[in-house]
Amino acid sequence: MQDWPLFEVFIRSQHGLSHKHVGSLHAPDAETAIHYARDVYTRRNEGVSIWVVKSADIAASSPGDKGPLFEPANSKVYRHPTFYDIPKEVGHM
Amino acid sequence: MAAPAALFEYLVRLGDNCLILGHRLSEWCGHGPVLEEDLALTNVALDLIGQATLWLELAGEIEGRGRTADQLAYLRDAGEFRNLLLVEQPNGHYGETLARQFYFDTWHCGLLQGLSHSQHPRVADIAAKSLKEATYHLERSEEWVVTLGDGTDESHARMQQAINDLWMYTGELFVMDEIEQDLVAEGIAVDLAELREPWLKQVGKTLDEATLTLPQAGWMQQGGKQGVHTENLGFILADMQFLQRAYPNATW
Repeated sequence: MQDWPLFEVFIRSQHGLSHKHVGSLHAPDAETAIHYARDVYTRRNEGVSIWVVKSADIAASSPGDKGPLFEPANSKVYRHPTFYDIPKEVGHM
Repeated sequence: MAAPAALFEYLVRLGDNCLILGHRLSEWCGHGPVLEEDLALTNVALDLIGQATLWLELAGEIEGRGRTADQLAYLRDAGEFRNLLLVEQPNGHYGETLARQFYFDTWHCGLLQGLSHSQHPRVADIAAKSLKEATYHLERSEEWVVTLGDGTDESHARMQQAINDLWMYTGELFVMDEIEQDLVAEGIAVDLAELREPWLKQVGKTLDEATLTLPQAGWMQQGGKQGVHTENLGFILADMQFLQRAYPNATW
């Protein structure tokens, strides 16, 4: 049991559109991971669908790359659609 | 319509199986091999205690003496309990707990499937609701029997031992008495003898997959349904009923 892999759990809630990460757990295989996810994360009717994925299979951006990855977007205000005049007829967007 | 006394007796049998097994499983709470499994097994225990509540509530109503599910659970002595001997057997190691659960769940699913077509609408309702839970329990216990049976040499040997040791309590699952025969004739109960073949087949199939051997037919213990229990039940009740016995009518 020491070597059970870690799984990340994603649950689609009753009214939610997409699966959301809710946490992680250890399990011997994916099928059991779904069972455990059911018992750990959906006891109070939280979901209608469960995804699990081995944590090791997730490729993640590194916190150290935060600068090169995300900061260039900071100075590009023109990427936000705030420069358009919206005709009155359109109403609230 | 069935005599209330017979139906009461039948419902108490259904309720006591769930209650005693649920209590047994609850003994694992906080002691499971890993956190995830601890939660999962405790969920099964809660399901079973929920089912026991439904059966015993209905039993109390049918009896008509004003006894609630709680009173039936906490204020009867061992001789009045009607659960199968299988469910009162000790937890042992985790493989033993799972072997007991595997035998029970396979039987329970067959029973509930039948009962969900009962002519008694309340019985049919409770059975249909319980069946969804039991189906999940069975999926779990089958998976574990395969995982441990087809695992390491040690887990295989221990699982086979557990399967063998509990075998003598499985004969009782299919024994009918007069009360059940009468209720079957009225379309209320399930003919347990008819469940035997499908049960053997399904148990055999899973054991096969687990590289385990189905035990040979042999001497079978029975008596739980008549209130003749193994010494284990007394210990269970001493634990389960202590509070109500020591502090009558205590609530919290």
